[in-house]
Amino acid sequence: MDKYLEVDALGMVFEKRGLRSAVLRDISLAVKRGEFVSLIGHSGCGKSTLLNLLAGLLRPTAGHMLLGNKEIAGPGPERGVVFQNHSLLPWLSCTGNVMLAVERVFGEREPRARLLERTRAALALVGLTDAASKYPDEISGGMKQRVGIARALAMEPKVLLLDEPFGALDALTRAHLQDELLAIVANTGSTVVMVTHDVDEAVLLSDRIVMMTNGPEATIGGILEVGLARPRDRLSLATNARYIECRREVLEFLYQRQARKAA
Amino acid sequence: MSALPRRVVVAHPSALRKIVTPAQAGAQSPSPRPPATRLPGQASSPRGQGDLPARIFAMALGIAVFIVLWAFIAKFGRIPDPLSVGKEAVKIFSDPFYRNGPNDQGIGWNVLMSLGRVGIGFGLAAAVGIPLGFMIGRFRFLSDMAAPIIALLKPVSPLAWLPIGLLVFKAANPASIYVIFICSLWPMIVNTAVGVRQIPQDYLNVARVLNLSEWKVFTRILFPAVLPYMLTGVRLSIGVAWLVIVAAEMLTGGVGIGFWVWDEWNNLKVDHIIIAIIVIGLVGLVLEQALIFVARKVSHG
Repeated sequence: MDKYLEVDALGMVFEKRGLRSAVLRDISLAVKRGEFVSLIGHSGCGKSTLLNLLAGLLRPTAGHMLLGNKEIAGPGPERGVVFQNHSLLPWLSCTGNVMLAVERVFGEREPRARLLERTRAALALVGLTDAASKYPDEISGGMKQRVGIARALAMEPKVLLLDEPFGALDALTRAHLQDELLAIVANTGSTVVMVTHDVDEAVLLSDRIVMMTNGPEATIGGILEVGLARPRDRLSLATNARYIECRREVLEFLYQRQARKAA
Repeated sequence: MSALPRRVVVAHPSALRKIVTPAQAGAQSPSPRPPATRLPGQASSPRGQGDLPARIFAMALGIAVFIVLWAFIAKFGRIPDPLSVGKEAVKIFSDPFYRNGPNDQGIGWNVLMSLGRVGIGFGLAAAVGIPLGFMIGRFRFLSDMAAPIIALLKPVSPLAWLPIGLLVFKAANPASIYVIFICSLWPMIVNTAVGVRQIPQDYLNVARVLNLSEWKVFTRILFPAVLPYMLTGVRLSIGVAWLVIVAAEMLTGGVGIGFWVWDEWNNLKVDHIIIAIIVIGLVGLVLEQALIFVARKVSHG
């Protein structure tokens, strides 16, 4: 059993002006190399908090996390993060935004020409070769998110952390980017942890779906092995019995076992 | 993500005043971003975009009405009428750079001397104020330390500092430069600090997940994110400095447009004073527009 990313008894308690709010408790999870794992749950269940913990942006108040047998003690470029709101720097072109990450990771070892080559390759991977010199406010939301993915991929991270990467996009663009992500992950063999609230997205992309209980003190309510063969095709999956079964299981978990009390 | 800060570069002066209210000098609370208002001269008419010929006509008409009003008032009052001022202006501007001793020089020299003082005082203020603003914006403790001092000193008329300047420097010229320095300092510090505090957390998160070095964070993220705010501070400072230099020179004497106004008053050449007022206005306008131009250039970087 090669555990690549290992989360052990993780807990997170925020304390603000004497107010204690326990967000996560007793989260244990092992992700294999090359595996695609989704975190799904109702909003406020702390799934984004868990991702931020993995990214190192937050420090856990209990438990620990290991990546490739090394403790995660802070943010680092071996974990590529794609933010929900793309978080591109508006004063840098698409190339500049990706280059910033490439320079950070490879800048000391490789000549500039090689860095540019890496940047170009990452943008090509997400189909943005033509927009390379454009600025973020000159491209569409879907394209911005692709630059975000290119930036994360260009660092050749050990694990890719996606925080609702397609949440802010329209349905058609989202489907398109999901297909692209499927292809990219198939090509690069990346290990991915993705936060989502979209059941179809989770089933389509994931090897396993981690279903989170409602907060406060959210924890893992169940893990679903998707077990669908790859490569996956959106259209043929629509009538696939296993796909429909997975979908039903996640929906049942979210809307029966973890039904939101009327807020 | 709506208004990114770099789009706010060219906020209208009335909107900018929000950033520099004394209450925010201490900056306990993050102030709202300056709204992305339109530029003056860029569809700034209240009823939206008028067509250009109509707007030029309106401006010309405004100036004409102003001159007629002036001529009318001049008939009854003691101020010279537009025509005689115009003739006098032609005389003055036909030889703006003459020199007849230290107290009688062309208007060109006077304007240049004033601009020189503004330039030096303002440059020193930028050199001190911008780094200080960065530090105050970045470190809460420094911000709290500076808050009461800035809040107390910012509303003080810069001219109140003039006697201190004269005492310390024992000469008129450095004293006026010092006054410009003081009055330019606050907008620069406060706007830079506000800019640093307004940097979206998203950008800082990018810096953190990439684990960028402090230098990279500064050059690639902090500085470009703060630049529009800084330039707003620069523009406010220049505006205030140009207002203040005239008054300072009236008090200190020497060569300069403010002194020139006072000198012509002593000579009872009122038409020259009116010319000076127009020249001061034009120079201020050019300074403001030049900085708006720079801000707009930078905002598309």
